[in-house]
Amino acid sequence: MKCIVCVKQVPDTTGVVAVKEDGTMDRSKMAAITNHDDLAAVEAALQLKDETGCEVIAVSMGPAPAEGMLREVLAMGADRAVLVSAREFGGSDTYATSQILAAAINKIGVEADDIVFCGRQAIDGDTAQVGPQIAEKLNLPQISYAADIKLEGKSVVVKRLLEDGYMMLKANTPCLITCVKELNKPRYMTVRGIMECYNKPLNVFDYNTLKDDPLIDATTIGLKGSPTNVYKSFSPPVKGAGMMLEGADKSTVDQLIGILDSKHLI
Amino acid sequence: MFELTKEQKMLVKMTREFCDNEIAPYADEWDRTSRFPAEAVTKLAKLGLLGVNVPVEYGGSGLGEVEKALVSMEIARACSSTSEMFVVQLLVNGILVKNANEEQKQKYLRMSCVEGKLGAFGLTEPGAGSDAGSLQTTAVQDGDYWVLNGSKCFISNLGPNEGAYALVFAVTDKKKRSHGGMTAFIVDRDTPGFIIGKLEDKMGIRAAAVSELILEDCRVHKSQVLGQVGKGFNVAMSGLESGRIGVAAQACGEAQAAFDTALEYVKQRSQFGKPIATKQGIQWYLAEMATKLEAAKLLNLKAAAMKDRGEPTAMNSSMAKFYAAEVANEIAAKALQIHGGYGYMKDYAIERIYRDARILTIYEGTSEVQKIVIAKELLK
Repeated sequence: MKCIVCVKQVPDTTGVVAVKEDGTMDRSKMAAITNHDDLAAVEAALQLKDETGCEVIAVSMGPAPAEGMLREVLAMGADRAVLVSAREFGGSDTYATSQILAAAINKIGVEADDIVFCGRQAIDGDTAQVGPQIAEKLNLPQISYAADIKLEGKSVVVKRLLEDGYMMLKANTPCLITCVKELNKPRYMTVRGIMECYNKPLNVFDYNTLKDDPLIDATTIGLKGSPTNVYKSFSPPVKGAGMMLEGADKSTVDQLIGILDSKHLI
Repeated sequence: MFELTKEQKMLVKMTREFCDNEIAPYADEWDRTSRFPAEAVTKLAKLGLLGVNVPVEYGGSGLGEVEKALVSMEIARACSSTSEMFVVQLLVNGILVKNANEEQKQKYLRMSCVEGKLGAFGLTEPGAGSDAGSLQTTAVQDGDYWVLNGSKCFISNLGPNEGAYALVFAVTDKKKRSHGGMTAFIVDRDTPGFIIGKLEDKMGIRAAAVSELILEDCRVHKSQVLGQVGKGFNVAMSGLESGRIGVAAQACGEAQAAFDTALEYVKQRSQFGKPIATKQGIQWYLAEMATKLEAAKLLNLKAAAMKDRGEPTAMNSSMAKFYAAEVANEIAAKALQIHGGYGYMKDYAIERIYRDARILTIYEGTSEVQKIVIAKELLK
């Protein structure tokens, strides 16, 4: 059994967003982190590895610095990694990205027992499209928004999170599951994991590696081939949620003064 | 000249993330309640950090002094009490690695590194601090056993629920004393006559477990002798330089924490219509603090790198400890001053860090002792 996990290195958008003239994010001016939902996917795969001894393969599409992130996933416990990286792939939207990742997963090989894990969505694009699109291209049943996963023989039973509740779904393997960060608490790298991660295999799939895969349509990959382009990116003005204090007596006033004092406003 | 490897950078990143999530948010509460961070110990063991300086075959992570220093700095930045526990355990680890026999290593190093059960270093006595050779605790042979009597004080990693074993140093020949008359023993907590006394009520590092240890006809089997009979002083000294590198790293971490609070505060606090960060006097303070901190870290890492290469480090380890401990106190004091009245209040972390830093120039060899060591090396 294999668990193939898609992970993405994303700019940390919790701070200020730096934007280039063409409207795309200037990632060089922002800190790079591993997408939170993807870390939940990694943890889900590693928990299955703890349970079954399966192999965990991390896959990422990105520029060369994404190798550092893949090494961190190896240090968490993944067995091998694949970096999908080529100039031809740069600037791809979700349609193009899912095509390329599906081709990469196809090359790794999906067998009867295997599960493909993705994060629900990346914090830079926020589309939640890539996971489902990969499933469609690979003809895999898909369950998104997984908040709990149990392996039952050749099937998975997944609790799918909805806005106002959840549903329980069952699918046979091979299948694709997208994970929300509420699914689990990702483990840290361990010291031994860190010292061993550079000895674990990490392969690079470039354009030549994947161009002949039937899933790749050369006219619909990269910035020029993507059916959608980013029109504009900007940081919206920060608006705090505010805080409501109940009551109109002295204790409430004291509480308010304490808060203003702690923020050095008075 | 000095750059971390890829793996060392990852190690720092992992430790920092772990500390930011699992330790730093609780440091003030642990200090306020004097609650030992037992859960942090378990987590540090699980990650392989508690055995960072122990060979893999004994359950450790098999890394060196540089990695030990880097990790210690991060833990100290998050919580001084946790780092105090940590550096003492690393001291115990190091002494066991150098002096224990195979059976003792398999038992006690695994106990600490894998299970997270702490060891203590039982050297100091009410009348023997800097003068470690003037111990009064005795060990008298009785058949296959040694009978220990005496008392130790200020023993870290021992408390009502803390500490599984201690390395205890006792006089076995009163005439020879430190020159062949002291022996080290590994004593399990549940040994009859091993009595953990008063838990100290400290100015700082209040969540660290530091207690009195009383040995009352404590019978220890000869298999628990650590190293050779009569060589106890050497056993104690074998951990000294590495221990100093560890405490120097702790001091650097605490200094970093103090500096960080000051740097953040000066941007937020406004007086006379502008953030105080715009005032030249404040900028000069920050520049001086940052420079001293960087120098302390480099001295520390240099001593660690020398130790890893097997070079003599008597002078450099003492320099690292002396300097880092002194500047940690200077930086904490300046950071508190920068905070003004708020720095004096328990609501602000600098109040705790200032108290925590005070012990650094005292334990693991006072600054005065470090200067004696340095001068001795210079005048050789």
